Amino acid sequence: MPHDHDDHASELSEMQLRVRALETVLAEKGYIDPAALDVMIEAYETKIGPHNGARVVAKAWADPAFKRALMEDATKAVQSLGLINRVGDHLIAVENTPKLHNMIVCTLCSCYPWEVLGLPPVWYKSAPYRSRAVNDPRGVLADFGLTLPADTQIRVWDSTAETRFIVVPMRPAGTDGWSEEKLAALVTRDCMIGTGLPKQPAGIA
Amino acid sequence: MDGIHDMGGMHGFGKVEPEENEPVFHAAWEARCLALNRAMGAIGAWTIDEARAGIEKLPPDVYLARSYYGKWALRLWNMVIARGFAGADELATGHALHSAKPTKRKFGTAEVPRALTRGSFGRPAQSPAAFKVGDRVRTKNIHPPTHTRLPRYVRGHIGVIDAIRGCHVFPDSVVLGAGENPQWLYTVLFDGRELWGENTDPMLKVSIEAFEPYLAAV
Repeated sequence: MPHDHDDHASELSEMQLRVRALETVLAEKGYIDPAALDVMIEAYETKIGPHNGARVVAKAWADPAFKRALMEDATKAVQSLGLINRVGDHLIAVENTPKLHNMIVCTLCSCYPWEVLGLPPVWYKSAPYRSRAVNDPRGVLADFGLTLPADTQIRVWDSTAETRFIVVPMRPAGTDGWSEEKLAALVTRDCMIGTGLPKQPAGIA
Repeated sequence: MDGIHDMGGMHGFGKVEPEENEPVFHAAWEARCLALNRAMGAIGAWTIDEARAGIEKLPPDVYLARSYYGKWALRLWNMVIARGFAGADELATGHALHSAKPTKRKFGTAEVPRALTRGSFGRPAQSPAAFKVGDRVRTKNIHPPTHTRLPRYVRGHIGVIDAIRGCHVFPDSVVLGAGENPQWLYTVLFDGRELWGENTDPMLKVSIEAFEPYLAAV
């Protein structure tokens, strides 16, 4: 790939050396314990990820009282689920409707709701996404294979402060009576960023 | 800073290329690099705003050529030296040669939960909010050479206050060493045509999160 994530062997070996030097020196000087880094990395690999956000969206679909609480104060509502230690204080849920599609970006860096979606994918942090999301969101959606009706309003949220956004997509038809667990299987990471739609019921049969 | 990091609306970067079943990390050094950066933040080596400014100070050619974690590694390298946590000679040899700089705490396993939790950036209001929901505002035409969170593509444009998000730490002040200087934070909504011209998709709306000093009444 010509951009952000660059697999060049030269960067790999240079960065391996630099990061190893940083870790060794910072550990020898007593600032950090490498074992604590292991614990943190394991959390990012196993505990913190889009499965948390999927549970939030599924519950919002299934439970109108939770949905109201989520739209009113997402930090408090997500906290009440006890998925993770503590959610950042400034989480905001934005809802898609038949007439409105929300999309999240950070044009200045790569701000992303880590607590509910995990670490951002490479494309979210890349120059093509960060540059185009705000002036050509339909073109970006086309890169994801998604075309929305021309009369759907597209609302792009540029995360320029410490507020963080999660999209609540529309619940797919044909899911009446589904459990939250089953609904959560329809909720993809990309549909919570706004670059995708939830899976259709047939897609997980 | 009008740097390469301020990418909103730029042309020429090509298509977005999602990766199927992307792993959390693409190499072990990426995971170590992320954790080291978070750990140094957690011991109070620098604030999140200073860390972002550290990325923005990378030369534009380096910024564009490096991967995300590659930029994080270079930022960490530069900031560790600039703030006296280690010498360039130590990083070059890969071993500690001098005594450590005093820090509030060491990053051990007990610190991990705190490092995994985002800080709170809300602060008590110093004064009433100058704007209310529905007010029309114009973003100021400012070009500070230091860190700011007002992207170039909205400067000088008219938008509407869409929400009031409370009073928050003001990044522009933090990076100047001028303290948190809390400011009201608003969601400001712009019509796509206001930002990009009359040929723009009339169904496009874009919002930013704007601190009060970025805004003027219309």
